[in-house]
Amino acid sequence: MSRRLMNNPQVNIMSTDKKPQSTQTTGHAWDGDLQEFNNPLPRWWLWSFYATVVFALIYWVFYPAWPIGKSYTKGVMNTVEYTTAQGKHVVTHWNTRALYEQDMQAARAAQAPLLKALDQTSYADILKDAEKLKFAKSMAKVLYADNCQACHQAGGAGIIGKYPNLADDDWLWGGSFEQIQNTIKEGHTGMMPGFKGRLDDAQIDAVAEYVLTLSGQSSDAKMSQRGRQIFEGEGGCISCHTQKGTGNIAMGSANLTDKIWTIADVSAAKTALAKRAAIHQVVLNGVTRKMPTWKERLSPTEIKMLAIYVHELGGGK
Amino acid sequence: MNVTSDPYVPREPIFPRSVKGRYRSIKYAILLLAYGVYFLLPWLPWAREHGPGQAVIFDLINRRFYLFDLVVYAQDIFWLAGLLIIGALLLFFVTGIAGRVFCGYFCFQTLWTDVFQFIERLVQGERNARIKLACGAWNARKISLMSVTWLLWLLVAFVTGFSFVLYWGRAPQLFIAFFTGAAPFPAYATTLFLTASTFVMAGLAREQVCTYMCPYARFQAVMFDEHTLIVAYDTQRGEATQGRHKPDKTVLQREQRQQIGYGDCIDCGYCVQVCPTGIDIRNGLQYQCISCALCIDACNSIMDAVHFPPNLIRYTAQTPAKRSIWLQPKNMAYGLALLVASILLVWSVANRKPIELGVEQVRQPLYVMLSDGHVQNHYILKLNNKTSQTVSYTIDLQGMQAEWIARPDKVITLLPEQSQNVDVLVKQPQNISAQVQQSFTFVVSGVELMQGVRITHDATFFNPEVH
Repeated sequence: MSRRLMNNPQVNIMSTDKKPQSTQTTGHAWDGDLQEFNNPLPRWWLWSFYATVVFALIYWVFYPAWPIGKSYTKGVMNTVEYTTAQGKHVVTHWNTRALYEQDMQAARAAQAPLLKALDQTSYADILKDAEKLKFAKSMAKVLYADNCQACHQAGGAGIIGKYPNLADDDWLWGGSFEQIQNTIKEGHTGMMPGFKGRLDDAQIDAVAEYVLTLSGQSSDAKMSQRGRQIFEGEGGCISCHTQKGTGNIAMGSANLTDKIWTIADVSAAKTALAKRAAIHQVVLNGVTRKMPTWKERLSPTEIKMLAIYVHELGGGK
Repeated sequence: MNVTSDPYVPREPIFPRSVKGRYRSIKYAILLLAYGVYFLLPWLPWAREHGPGQAVIFDLINRRFYLFDLVVYAQDIFWLAGLLIIGALLLFFVTGIAGRVFCGYFCFQTLWTDVFQFIERLVQGERNARIKLACGAWNARKISLMSVTWLLWLLVAFVTGFSFVLYWGRAPQLFIAFFTGAAPFPAYATTLFLTASTFVMAGLAREQVCTYMCPYARFQAVMFDEHTLIVAYDTQRGEATQGRHKPDKTVLQREQRQQIGYGDCIDCGYCVQVCPTGIDIRNGLQYQCISCALCIDACNSIMDAVHFPPNLIRYTAQTPAKRSIWLQPKNMAYGLALLVASILLVWSVANRKPIELGVEQVRQPLYVMLSDGHVQNHYILKLNNKTSQTVSYTIDLQGMQAEWIARPDKVITLLPEQSQNVDVLVKQPQNISAQVQQSFTFVVSGVELMQGVRITHDATFFNPEVH
């Protein structure tokens, strides 16, 4: 089988009877009769193996390959150029990190006109434009995860007592696009003073009962009546929460008449006593919550996109 | 002892001789049909209300395949799985009955090798001339003949690779763009790769693809049994008691040969010379044999010339009676599986909905308390219009007393082939005694054009857990 036709013109020009050929062996016998078949590989297989060796040699010259101490051979191609987000121009050897930076640069360039269009469009018009809205929301989703989610939680779920829920329809500082934008930009400090020392426990319990009345959950009308007098009188609650208890978005005081509890976890309390106790704690100790300002950290466009995202979480007004 | 010290051997070149006959004609017919479809299909125009005016186009960017009047979306990819299963079962079914029919008649390796050998013969002449040329020194004639052959091969290889690329874009535009240097990089890369692989596989590697590379060639043996049709030499008739004998003056007539005990094989070697894989069919069933049946044509033309009965080499089974009973349990099982898979695929394609609905629940937060005491859940409805018309649908709830708000409108209008995510907020008054999870159904009903189309999707409403 190993005769080479090119070198042997006599072979096979007219076929002769080909008897099945005896299988070749490596020629060595172990234990008297144990032999090994020789099934030779095709020669082109060998050549393709050599070709991979040559390929490797060429690769080593052009691409990063060999580690040398803490460094490595960088290859002779010093051709990858990119500009970082900070505007730094870099020329470097071929490497996937640099290619990634190139991709990011291209993505930033592709986003630029869309961002500019967002800048120049009013909230109302963005809401009507499905493409712009989609772009703003997908950009803001990442911004939200990077900047807001640590406190306000994924999807704006918030934590009762600590960070307001952004997906409901109640807004301490207002739920319009402009109001949300302003809240992100400037930040806010919401302060509920503690009444420890100014009101005694019985008085605070009465106020708490009245607060339950405001959202229709009271079980003790007499106590509530006493609470109302304190709420409107010596407690001075109405100066922030207003006479009706609806709160004031100018100072971020909570609306006590709706079913949403942002600090005292009344919805989770089963008994009337537990509900009152939850409110009691807040009135007694007070609470101060701070929304930081973002204008130094985020661009106006980023804040605009975040305002759209938060508005669209489900409760925007 | 026959000892070789070289662990690597060069390929023994094969110079198949041409042959005429029944199977050769069938093979040419299949070749013409296959080439006609493959090379011309991308150029077939097709009128569509929406989408490209090309009968078959695989639009990767928009993730849809256009096959005549069928539009296949990415999510219908299981149809491809179905098609592949059917292909595999068909292969098993046919192989179980008639052996390597695919290898011999339909495999693109066989088809393209056939064409490359045809070109080789056209330029360099018949087998003997080609052998002489191959063994001869490299003179001007050899160089020119070889270059012409290789150039023509390269041309066929290029047209093959380029035609493949045309399926992935608008053929006329892509054609112009390709030759003006304006086509996208993948078009050039794919063409280059396929040109190179076609040239190497059909021009240089040839039968080695079947013997060394093809996995099917290796596992097809499990589909074989003694009833499977194979191309085989009738040893009894061909060899008789005294073996083969070349016709000479002493024994001219068949009767004379039979008296002496010579078989019908006159040992002309034609069957070996036509074999594209370079084997001798008279040595019995061999793994290299692709069942191309050209040796049958060769032998029959000789039998005809010497006035012997035909079919010394023929399709036959390995049963003692040399008869094939194809109705074997194994074949029936393959056939049944093939039938079931085909019916399922056809049913699935025929009953495809003009709209697709997916419901994704927003899980962070799972529910929201609203100021009026309602509990609200948020869902994203993914609507995918699979028609080429602008259509409208309404969304309703079933199985739960609840209000729902979808922004901006209750009627959702979708452009042709558009998919859209619709935010749907569902709310109901808080009910302490309600289950934490309530099941209900979204119902999407078509209006106007899509009147009567109705599609549903189950969903769950989550209530707050009260401690």
